[in-house]
Amino acid sequence: MATMLNADKKAIRATDRKLLKKQFQNNWDCYLYMLPYGLIFFLFTVLPVLASIVLSFTYYNVLETPTFVGLDNYRTLLANDDIFITAVKNTLEIAVVTGPVGYIMCVMFSWLINELGPKTRAVMVTILYAPSISGAAYTIFGIMFSGDSYGWVNGTLINLGLITEPIQFMTDTDYMIWICMLVVIWMSLGTGFLSNVAGFRTIDRSQYEAGYVEGIRNRWQELWFITLPSMLPQLMFAAVMSITQSFSVGAVTTILFGNPSTDYAVHTILNHIEDYGGVRFEMGYACAIATVLFALMVASNEIIQRALRKVGQ
Amino acid sequence: MASATKTVDLNKLKASKKKFNPGPARSRGGIIANFLFLCLVGAIMFIPMLYVFCNAFKPMDELFLFPPKLFFRNPTLSNFKSISTLMSSSWVPFSRYIFNTVFVTIVATFFHIILASLAAYVLEKRDFPGKNFMSRVIVLSLMFTPAVTGIPNYIIQSKLGMIDTYWVMIIPYIGGSMGLYLMKQFMASSIPNVLLEAARIDGASELRIFTQIVMPLVKPAWLTMLMTSVQAMWGISASTVVFTEAKKPLQYALSQIAAGGIARTGSAAAISLIMITPPLLIFIISQTQILDTMASSGIKD
Repeated sequence: MATMLNADKKAIRATDRKLLKKQFQNNWDCYLYMLPYGLIFFLFTVLPVLASIVLSFTYYNVLETPTFVGLDNYRTLLANDDIFITAVKNTLEIAVVTGPVGYIMCVMFSWLINELGPKTRAVMVTILYAPSISGAAYTIFGIMFSGDSYGWVNGTLINLGLITEPIQFMTDTDYMIWICMLVVIWMSLGTGFLSNVAGFRTIDRSQYEAGYVEGIRNRWQELWFITLPSMLPQLMFAAVMSITQSFSVGAVTTILFGNPSTDYAVHTILNHIEDYGGVRFEMGYACAIATVLFALMVASNEIIQRALRKVGQ
Repeated sequence: MASATKTVDLNKLKASKKKFNPGPARSRGGIIANFLFLCLVGAIMFIPMLYVFCNAFKPMDELFLFPPKLFFRNPTLSNFKSISTLMSSSWVPFSRYIFNTVFVTIVATFFHIILASLAAYVLEKRDFPGKNFMSRVIVLSLMFTPAVTGIPNYIIQSKLGMIDTYWVMIIPYIGGSMGLYLMKQFMASSIPNVLLEAARIDGASELRIFTQIVMPLVKPAWLTMLMTSVQAMWGISASTVVFTEAKKPLQYALSQIAAGGIARTGSAAAISLIMITPPLLIFIISQTQILDTMASSGIKD
């Protein structure tokens, strides 16, 4: 009996192998098309990521050869690094607010824009997309919210008589995280937004006509039953973009609030990585933090992609 | 018999729709509300950009005015002039920095779009062992922060002898995974497999299918790839991998000026505007070129 089962298994494995071989023989040219990109991708993206994950198990100060320390970095990180816990808390707070808000904005605005005529659409897309295209333009928020009397927001509030002395927006822990979220949301209409706008342009018109025949009554039904399902791939892409953006807030906080920020009020995981990797030269530890951040993003991506499969059902 | 009545019913439904509802499933109130809402949001989003624009033309005394004003009162080009004065005394001519950035941007963007699209095509539309694994690795790679991969990357680049050349700015970018993932998603949603099979039966080669059927159909995806690529390459400063002054990009040179402290506030404001303008212009031009041609060529099965 057991031998028969084994024989069966062997036979199945053999046919599997044959199928695989056939698939390979029929499609070997695919590897050729993949090769130029794949080689560059492997050398400059995959290899450095793998190296970083390996380094997270070492002590590495950039000058000396790394020494293997096992799980020490992770142990320190989770048990003895209070600031890391603060960083995780801040990152999650920022991600939980800016991620969904940014994503909903991406989908909603690209949908609303699609309803406009071609000229107004072009103007609108440009205005909404401009903040994220313009690199360091967000530094203007530093000037707008500046704590001295040159700050535009403070100046306006004082002029209106609402406050008598300037609020220290950039150093007052009550305001910092909100300003940070505001800036991140302001910049959230980026590549994901653009791909959604473009995605709406590729939807087949005849699907709508068929939909009207089947009794789609208003634009909400049209959105849920026709539009969103047919651009699910773009929605998935935009979700990945939203996750990476909302979890990797770092440059914004460093430039606007400094690193470390007052009382670590907006200290994110990425700031923590910059601190250990760029300032203290503890690369092994920085890599461990990066690996934890990676795990957080992969987990949330898994949840969101699963939820997205329910669209249109 | 049953199916015949059904067709009639459907036709009736279609006719009644056309009679009562001029625009398909749209109410006029909705259209107006949508427009007003977008205008409001657009205005809010636009204020900081307007601030960047106005600051570049404010004279020094207006930049430090109290109470601060959004708009300039006596617009001046002095901020731009001071940059050109500073740059004219620089050891490497300013045009060289501009050339470096433009060259690197064009080459990297071109090859990124071609090679990543080719890879995206086989990953999405062909079936070969290792395909799913590769697709998964590409999505995962987007989530690993580049903050720590700098050092391993530097080691690899120096082993390949790429440090301090143009290639160190160009080649790693060509293998960026965001563009490929984007292209792959567009191919999934907008290219029917039936179309590709029909072309194969007609005897078209894979390369011909790719260039003449697939690429024209994913034009909107090019726009997005073009923009992310131009934006990333335009802002490249490469300060850790390029040391020869004559090979350094524009962003590096300009950031040196802006780093000059409070006396350079005016120049820094002008620099912000200079760095924003080219990608924005390219976006505006390519948007009308690429998105609107698409609307008329939406072939599907």
